[in-house]
Amino acid sequence: MTMSAPALELRAVEKRFGATSILRGVSLSVGVGERHAVIGPNGAGKSTLFNLVSGRLAPTSGSIRLHGTEIAGAPPYAINRRGLSRSFQVTNIFPRLSVFENIRCAVLWSLGYRYSFLRPIDGLGDVREKAERTLERIRMTARRDTPAGVLTYAEQRALEIGVTIAGDANVLLLDEPTAGMSRAEADAAVDLIRTVSDGRTLVIVEHDMSVVFDLADRISVLVYGEIIATDTPARIRANAAVQTAYLGTACHA
Amino acid sequence: MTRGGAEVAVAGAMPHRERAPALRRHAAWWLAALALLALPYLPGLASDFARSLLTQMGIAAVFALSYNVLFGQTGLLSFGHAVYFGLGGYAALHLLRFINQGLPVPLPFVPIAGALGGLLFGILFGAVTTRRAGTIFALISLGVGELVYAATFMLPGLFGGEEGITASRTRAPLLLGIDFGSQLSMYYLVVAWGLLAAVLMYAFARTPVGRLCNAVRDNPERVEFVGYDPQRIRFIAFAVAGLFAGLAGGLSAINYEIVSADAVGAQRSGTVLVMTYIGGARHFAGPVLGAITITWLQIGLSGYTTAWLLYLGLFFIAVILFVPGGLAGLLLMHVPLVKAPGFVRLLGTYALATVPAVIATAGLVVLIEMSYRLATQPELGTRMRLLGIPVDASTAASWTGALAALILGFVVFRATWPTVAAAFERVQAASPSRSRLPPS
Repeated sequence: MTMSAPALELRAVEKRFGATSILRGVSLSVGVGERHAVIGPNGAGKSTLFNLVSGRLAPTSGSIRLHGTEIAGAPPYAINRRGLSRSFQVTNIFPRLSVFENIRCAVLWSLGYRYSFLRPIDGLGDVREKAERTLERIRMTARRDTPAGVLTYAEQRALEIGVTIAGDANVLLLDEPTAGMSRAEADAAVDLIRTVSDGRTLVIVEHDMSVVFDLADRISVLVYGEIIATDTPARIRANAAVQTAYLGTACHA
Repeated sequence: MTRGGAEVAVAGAMPHRERAPALRRHAAWWLAALALLALPYLPGLASDFARSLLTQMGIAAVFALSYNVLFGQTGLLSFGHAVYFGLGGYAALHLLRFINQGLPVPLPFVPIAGALGGLLFGILFGAVTTRRAGTIFALISLGVGELVYAATFMLPGLFGGEEGITASRTRAPLLLGIDFGSQLSMYYLVVAWGLLAAVLMYAFARTPVGRLCNAVRDNPERVEFVGYDPQRIRFIAFAVAGLFAGLAGGLSAINYEIVSADAVGAQRSGTVLVMTYIGGARHFAGPVLGAITITWLQIGLSGYTTAWLLYLGLFFIAVILFVPGGLAGLLLMHVPLVKAPGFVRLLGTYALATVPAVIATAGLVVLIEMSYRLATQPELGTRMRLLGIPVDASTAASWTGALAALILGFVVFRATWPTVAAAFERVQAASPSRSRLPPS
C-alpha cells in the first residue's frame, strides 16, 4: 500500500457466465475521497461490477486492487475487513433482528471483537456507542427496537445504508440506494448519503440522473460490459457518445 | 411505533432495558431454581416413578435447548443431533466403567466426559457439515446420523451393539457422602447440570457470536458483507450444540447406567426436533416446554395406550398447522394481554370453545383406541373402558357414537371460533402494550 494508490483500481476486469460475456475488460480508477457514479442501461453489467469488487463473485480475469492490495476473488468478509463495504439493490438486512441488532452486528468486526463468545454483548460499551451513533446518523433512533422486517420500505433502505456504513469502511459501494423511493424520500436519501460518505470513497450505481449529477465528482458510463466514458458530470452530460449510447435512449435525465 | 404481539418474542428483537439490579434481573432464574428444588417433594411427585419422570424431563430439556442453538438460533435444521447426545453418552459411560474399575473420579463429574465427547464430535463432524446450510446441511446431518448409527454395530467393542454397554453409578468414590443410588439424588444431579447448561446457553446467545448466529439464521449472505464468515459462525454454533447435547447424553448415561445404539439413532434425532418445535423455537424457554410435554407424552401416555405415537404425531401436526410459534409462542402471545380489559372474557370464550373441542377429541380417541384394539390386540377382546366409559368395539353404537361426537364436537368448535377470534382482537386492540414500550 502506497500513499499514491487509488482507493479502488480495476484493470481489464472480465466476467463471463459460460459463453456470455457480462464485463468485457473494465478498467476504472477511483481516487481516495472521490464520489464516483456508475451509470448505464439495464443489463450493462453494473451490478456484476459491484459483485466482483465486493467479492460476491470472482472475476474471470483481470485485477481489482483496494488501496493497492489485490482483492480479486477474495471472499466478501475478507474484502470487508480491508475496509470496503457495500449495500444492495434489493434490501438485504436481518429481518427478525431489531434495527439496533442489525447495526450492532455490523460494527462488531470493526471494533476487533472477531468471533468472541466469552463476553456478553450488552456489556460492550464501545459496540453500543458506535451502534447508537450509527442509528443517529441514519435517523433511526426512534425505531431502535423494531424488528427490521416490519419497517417501511424507505426505512429499510435507510437501515441498509446504516448496516453498510456501521463498520467505518473507507470505501462504500451503494447499489441503487434510491430505487423505488418517492422524490421526497430520494432527496432525504441523497442528503444521508452525502453525510455518511463524507471523508470516504463512494462508488454508487444509480438510475436516477438527478441523484447522480447532484452527488458525483466523476461518472463512468457502462454499456454492454464496457466503460465508454469516465469524466466529470458536466463533460458526461455534453459527451455525444454517451448521449447516443445511453442518456438519449434510456431517457432517465 | 407499533408492535405485534408475536414479534415481542422474536429472539434478537428484545427491547432494550435499563439494567436492573442483578437479583431482579435474574429473578426468573432464581425462581426456576427454587421450583426445581421443591418439585420432587410436591404432592403427586414424591414417588420414584414421578422423580424418574422429572429426571428424564430435565435431561430432555438440556438436549432440546442444545438443539435450539442450531435450529432456533442459527437456522440449522439437523436430522442427526442425537449423534452428539449418544456419543457423549458413550464417552460418559466409558468413564464410568473406568471409575467402576477404580479410577478415583466422583460421579458428579462424569457428565463432563459427555460434554467433551459431544464437543469433540461436534467439532469433527461440524467442520464438514457446516460448510453448507439449508437443505444440504439437513441432508448431510441425516447421513452422518445413519453413519454413526451403523458404526455402533461395526465397533461392538466400543459401543456394545444393540445391547449397548453398561456400568454402575453407585460404584464410584463419594463426593460429600452422596452415593447417587436414589432417584432423588440423580434428579438433583440433573437439575444442577441442567441449570448450569441452561444459563450457559442463555449467556452464549447474548455474546457477539450468539447474536451473529441470529444474523446467519436471518441472512447468511449479508453476514459476509459485515466482515464475518457465516461458515465459521455455523461451526461454532454446531460445536456448542454438540457440547450441550453430549452433556445431556452423559446425564442420560448415568441415569440409566446403559447406553445403546438407539441413543445416536434417527428416532431420537426426530424426537428432539419435535420437542423443540412443539415448545417453540423462537423463545429460549420453548424447547424446555416441548421437552416436558413430549417426555410426559412418551412416558405418561405410553402407560395408558399403545397408540401413543399416533397421538404424538397428531399433536405435532396440529401444532405445526395451528400454533406455528409453539407452546411458548402461544403463552407469550397472551402475556401483554393479561392486564387488558376483556381478558377475562377472552378466557371465557376459550372455556366455551374447549367444551366441544374436548368432545371431538374424546370421539377421536375412542375411534383410534377401538381401531387399535381390533387391529393390534384382538386377543384382548372388543370390550374396554376408555376415560371411564365402557366401550364395545364390536357394536355399531360405539362406532357411530364416537363418530358423532367427533363430527358434532368439531362443527360446534368451529362455530365458536369467530367468537373467540373477536374476543382476542378486542383484547389486543385494548392492550396497554403500546404504552408499555420501553423508552427509545
